[in-house]
Amino acid sequence: MKTLFALVLGLLCNPASALVFDQVQPSENTLTFAYKQMGVLLDGKFKRYNAQVSFDPAKLGSAQARIEIELASIDTGSTEADEEVVGKKWFNAKTYPTASFVASSIKALGGNRYEASGKLSIKGRTLDVIAPVSFQQSGARGVFDGSFILKRLDYAIGEGEWADVTTVANEIQIRFHFIVNAAPSKK
Amino acid sequence: MSKPTRYTRTAMTLHWLMALLIFAAFPLGVYMHELPLSPTKLQLYSYHKWIGVTLLGLIVLRIVWRLRHAPPPLPEQMPDWQKRASAATHHLLYLLLVAVPMSGWLMSSAKGFQTVWLGVLPLPDLVEKNKELGVALAELHEGLNIVLLVLVALHLAAVVKHQFIDRDDILSRMLPKGNRP
Ligand code: HEM
Ligand code: HEM
Repeated sequence: MKTLFALVLGLLCNPASALVFDQVQPSENTLTFAYKQMGVLLDGKFKRYNAQVSFDPAKLGSAQARIEIELASIDTGSTEADEEVVGKKWFNAKTYPTASFVASSIKALGGNRYEASGKLSIKGRTLDVIAPVSFQQSGARGVFDGSFILKRLDYAIGEGEWADVTTVANEIQIRFHFIVNAAPSKK
Repeated sequence: MSKPTRYTRTAMTLHWLMALLIFAAFPLGVYMHELPLSPTKLQLYSYHKWIGVTLLGLIVLRIVWRLRHAPPPLPEQMPDWQKRASAATHHLLYLLLVAVPMSGWLMSSAKGFQTVWLGVLPLPDLVEKNKELGVALAELHEGLNIVLLVLVALHLAAVVKHQFIDRDDILSRMLPKGNRP
């Protein structure tokens, strides 16, 4: 009885939850990463990527997310490193110009917290990743924030002498901040 | 009590320790700078920065010590201009021993590469990340290093002159007692 009441109340008070958030706002999004080099925390970002998201908090089963990242658009903070990481030993961006993430399922963790699982493909390798995501809704504006740890050697990012993780750590934290708005109701 | 004729043991230790570290930091700086990007290069940059920061710490101690312990007076027979030249060179050396590592630290901050001394003690970044400033400070660091190189060469030439031409006891003032000629 209590839950039914809460459900009804939720539906009445929160009509916005029927919205589908699928209008990605590329100009406001950020896709950044942080890593340790010789024990020093550094960060960088990707400048070009294409994200498609469709998210209805009330219908998680039909949620979709797909992100394609243009690896050559990396900004590590130094020109020398930008040139190095597109090379064969790192991304090999000539052969594998993009990395992609395709969500396969989104689970509610309670509150505004979710867990996105999916396949992350980089440099010809595809692995499962799980990322906690928070979803902040204000009206038709939705803000997704999340991060996960990528182990670069899982994707052979940094081969040969660069496989040494004491210089550039294996763990790379990927952080995303995506603004996805809901389209005005078509009804 | 008569005036001291030699540097204090602390002054000697600091002088020789710093000379040793500078003779390591300097060629390391030149060498690492030329290397293509590699893990070795990143490691050498870190080591260079650690040695440089160590020198910065040591120079602070050294200046504090120097202010409280005047060096032994120079030989009577030394011409005035030489005494003045000696004092001027030493003061400039002190100035550079602060300016060179400070410019390095500032450069690293501007370039966005924080300095973590020995990989454990993070130093605050002194300026915001700024590419142009980073490039300018790298040039300043290089320029100051060239001045340092010239002054140290002059310093060494003076030691050689005192030792072999004047044959005074200048070098021994900076050497532990056992080595006194
Ligand atoms: C007394 C101490 C120091 C000495 C004698 C010294 C000397 C040098 C020299 C000779 C170079 C090569 C310059 C060139 O070829 O362009 C250099 C480069 C460099 N130094 Fe120092 N340095 C000192 C302290 C520091 C400190 C404390 C830092 C940073 C915390 C630092 C960071 C650097 C960096 C990052 C470079 C490379 C610049 C570049 O890649 O353009 N140095 N140093
Ligand atoms: C990077 C290398 C060096 C630096 C930066 C340096 C710096 C200095 C400075 C600042 C002083 C003045 C001390 C004071 O009066 O407060 C000094 C004194 C002295 N240094 Fe060096 N030094 C270096 C290397 C050497 C070397 C390699 C030698 C010997 C071969 C040497 C021999 C001396 C001597 C003999 C004195 C005492 C001068 C006196 O009696 O007034 N130094 N040094």
